[in-house]
Amino acid sequence: MAGHVLLIEDEPNIAEAIRFLLGRDGMRVSSLSDGVGAAEAVREVRPDLVILDLMLPGCSGLEVLAAIRAHPETGSTPVLMLTAKGQGRDREAAEKAGVDRFMTKPFSNAEMLASVRELVQR
Amino acid sequence: MPFNLLVLACLSYVVLLFIVAFVAERRAALGRIGWLRSPVVYTLSLSIYCTAWTFYGAVGYAARSGLEFVTIYLGPTIVFVGWWLLLRKLVRIGRQQRVTSIADLVSSRFGKSNLLGVVVTALAVVAATPYIALQLQSVTLSFGVFASGTPEGWALPDRDATAIWVAGGLALFTILFGTRNLDAKEQHHGVVLAIAVEAVVKLVALLAVGIFVVWGLGGGPAAVFARIDASAIGEWQVQPGRWTGLIFVSAAAVICLPRMFQVMVVEDGDERHMALASWAFPLYLLLMSLFIVPIAVVGLERMPAGANPDMFVLTLPLAEGQGALAMLAFLGGFSSATSMVIVESIALATMVSNHVVMPLWLRLRPKAAISGDVRRIVLLSRRLAIVGVLTLGYLYYRMSGGSAALASIGLIAFVGMAQVLPVLVGGLYWRGATKAGAVAGLLCGFAVWAFTLYLPSFGPDAALSAATFEQGLGGIGWLRPQGLFGVEAMDPLLHALFWSLSLNTAAFCLFSLLTFPGPVERMQGAAFVNVFDAESAGSLGWSRGRAEPEALLVMAQRILGDENALALFASEARAQGKEGFLPDATPDFVAGLERRLAGSVGAATAHAMISQIVGRATVSVEDLMAVANETAQIMEYSARLEAQQEELTRTATQLREANEKLQQLSVQKDAFLSQISHELRTPMTSIRAFSEILTEGDLPPEIVANYGRIIHEEAIRLTRLLDDLLDLSVLENGSVQLNVGVANIQQLIDRALAAAGQSRPERNFLIVRDLPAENIFVRTDPDRLVQVFINLVSNARKYCDAKEPELRIKVRQRAGRVSVDFIDNGSGIPKQNQAIIFEKFARLTDQTRAGGAGLGLAICREVMANLGGAINYLPGQGGAAFRVTLPLRLDRKAA
Repeated sequence: MAGHVLLIEDEPNIAEAIRFLLGRDGMRVSSLSDGVGAAEAVREVRPDLVILDLMLPGCSGLEVLAAIRAHPETGSTPVLMLTAKGQGRDREAAEKAGVDRFMTKPFSNAEMLASVRELVQR
Repeated sequence: MPFNLLVLACLSYVVLLFIVAFVAERRAALGRIGWLRSPVVYTLSLSIYCTAWTFYGAVGYAARSGLEFVTIYLGPTIVFVGWWLLLRKLVRIGRQQRVTSIADLVSSRFGKSNLLGVVVTALAVVAATPYIALQLQSVTLSFGVFASGTPEGWALPDRDATAIWVAGGLALFTILFGTRNLDAKEQHHGVVLAIAVEAVVKLVALLAVGIFVVWGLGGGPAAVFARIDASAIGEWQVQPGRWTGLIFVSAAAVICLPRMFQVMVVEDGDERHMALASWAFPLYLLLMSLFIVPIAVVGLERMPAGANPDMFVLTLPLAEGQGALAMLAFLGGFSSATSMVIVESIALATMVSNHVVMPLWLRLRPKAAISGDVRRIVLLSRRLAIVGVLTLGYLYYRMSGGSAALASIGLIAFVGMAQVLPVLVGGLYWRGATKAGAVAGLLCGFAVWAFTLYLPSFGPDAALSAATFEQGLGGIGWLRPQGLFGVEAMDPLLHALFWSLSLNTAAFCLFSLLTFPGPVERMQGAAFVNVFDAESAGSLGWSRGRAEPEALLVMAQRILGDENALALFASEARAQGKEGFLPDATPDFVAGLERRLAGSVGAATAHAMISQIVGRATVSVEDLMAVANETAQIMEYSARLEAQQEELTRTATQLREANEKLQQLSVQKDAFLSQISHELRTPMTSIRAFSEILTEGDLPPEIVANYGRIIHEEAIRLTRLLDDLLDLSVLENGSVQLNVGVANIQQLIDRALAAAGQSRPERNFLIVRDLPAENIFVRTDPDRLVQVFINLVSNARKYCDAKEPELRIKVRQRAGRVSVDFIDNGSGIPKQNQAIIFEKFARLTDQTRAGGAGLGLAICREVMANLGGAINYLPGQGGAAFRVTLPLRLDRKAA
């Protein structure tokens, strides 16, 4: 499946896993390892989907999400948020900020792939 | 006339007095006081001024010294006619202060000083002893007169035995009616009425003898006057100096004598009665002295030469065969003597018991003041004091041999008690009089009186040696008892009077001016001197009040506390422009003070207390103090309540703080769990994703190998995290097992460097050490210390961002502690983060690169706490710098 995904994740091993999964499915994956300047990158790259980690060094995933949503050019870009903290509060905050899908680590590869496919097709 | 008849008459008379006293006591006990406290009874009771000395001795005095005896009546007459000036004030104060004796009055005036009470009591006892002896002597003499005059030849029993019987009987009567019960006001209605009856008896007796002498023997007034003119008495010249002195001393005596004070102030204390007494008592004295000169003249004429003129009153009727009249005269003299002794011993017993015995007893047995048997002790001490006073009188009578003329003994006592006069008058009219002045004056006067008059009265070589008389005390010429300071050839009585009172007054004034009165003294001084002012203000309220600022201050201090009261008064004084002094008791200030006090003790109490000071001072100072003390107790109680309230508030605050802390802890726990969740889930995510990928198979071998390595790494990471968490938990709750042993710091650092070398081994790290300085042996848990060192070294290796990284390790030993510093040359830790680096998960940088879970420094901190040491960040060292300190010897308890 074609599509361009921007992955923003600070854990290199997790990023590697996601890159492998989506790349095998035919998608193009660009990745960033921290949140600083992530929103600008989204504007430039114009991905079909943003996969965003909640806990990022330098700048929280929620801030990045807010910046993406705040800009008219990227306001409707689908965003999938990942978190390892697994707390209800984070999910609520993310949904309030306009996240499209919220996934808790660890995830199953099938679930991840299905979500990405669905969001990319929107 | 048969002697036994005389004894019978005497006993009957005494029984009559018993009945009178008993009836009066019964009436008083039933509350039917009525005429018991009338001006007439009051005036008659004053007649105890006329003792046996006056009754018998005045005639003798007139026979020896002519009209001079009149001076003894003139003094009291002047005092009573001028009662408005002094006596009224004395009586008013006596009532207000509930004075029980002259000693009590003086003591009370000068700040309730018991020392003064003791001094006045001693003076009174010493002065009264010869006076009482005089009464015993006169009764004994009169018995003797009858005995020698009886035709049946009844021999008088031993004179001393007679005196003992008389003294014993008087003691019995006095104890029965003087100490029947304990009355706070020290009033004895039975005794007073018996004295009034005796007053009538002695006046009637003397008048009867006088009438018999003038009309029966002298042939009418005209003939008697002619005889007086012809006699030696008619030639007597008035000696102005002696007259002035004697009038003065008798005036002083009527005020100061304990028995006069007793009937004048203590027993009655009603000023209205004084209006009658002011003319009736001088009239009584006039009647008593009316026939003295005729009796003396006729007696000198008719009686054989050598007959004792002191006994003319008795011997004239006897010689003329007037047995009944002689009996009456005898009873008159008996009355004079007994009434004096009874009242005097009551007064002295009160003084001795109140000022000497009770203070001593209370000091010896302080607990007794609380229990209820004080009354019994007081009564007992009074009874013993009465017996003691009479015994002293009897002993003096035995010692002196009953030889001296009656009048001279009486005058010695008068001068003795007159020593109280300066202090008394000064205390009533001079606010500046102080306790020190009073003590000095009294002691000085007492000493001079004893030296110049009292001791010489025993005769040469009795109390004072003849040498002292002639050459002065210790051979000093100007210290002769009858020629003090070179004043020669002066009448000994006047000499003593002059010097004792002059030196007394001088010492009193001098010491009063030199000393400053205490608060109670000031308050009492104001109460005494301004006794009428305070009363006249009455219920008109504060606007007309004449409150003494001292009294207000003392009261305010009791209630508000010293500091508050003084501050209040000082600010008022400033407002009045009297800084440094007490403020005037202006109506506004008093009203303000009342409001202030009301805040502490309630409005009603405050008003009552202020009105006691501003208005009628019918409550004694002690009462006021007692109220104030009670209030202080209440305040103490409310202060305790307040303290409890504060305690509760504090507890509530503590609970709230504890609750906040718990909530904080709960938040921290949530954050901690969230952190742990993150730290666990992150490696799990990688492991799960890659293991799913691997299970799908169909991958090139190098990718399989790579992904397998990642899974392995993440598994190790998980394990390390769990290890750290468990370690931290054990360290934090103090249940860690330490393996204490002796180790060398240098070797421990070696071990740490070797272990930490695995951390970023690719970097070439320069380690700077001072090996000799590291050669320190410590007793600690070496493995735990190495764990800390490893942590610090690997942190440096991980985070030092210098191009040529370098780590300096400095070891120092100081005051039983060792410090090890780890300083690198990187950019260090930003200031705002220095405070949190020892917190859990306080990782500041990219976690993957660091490779830890963020628990390292937290564990270090806990380890050092367990080793009795500490780990701190050292700011300003150029790079990241940590200092580990630990004790040379680990104390087990601290561990």
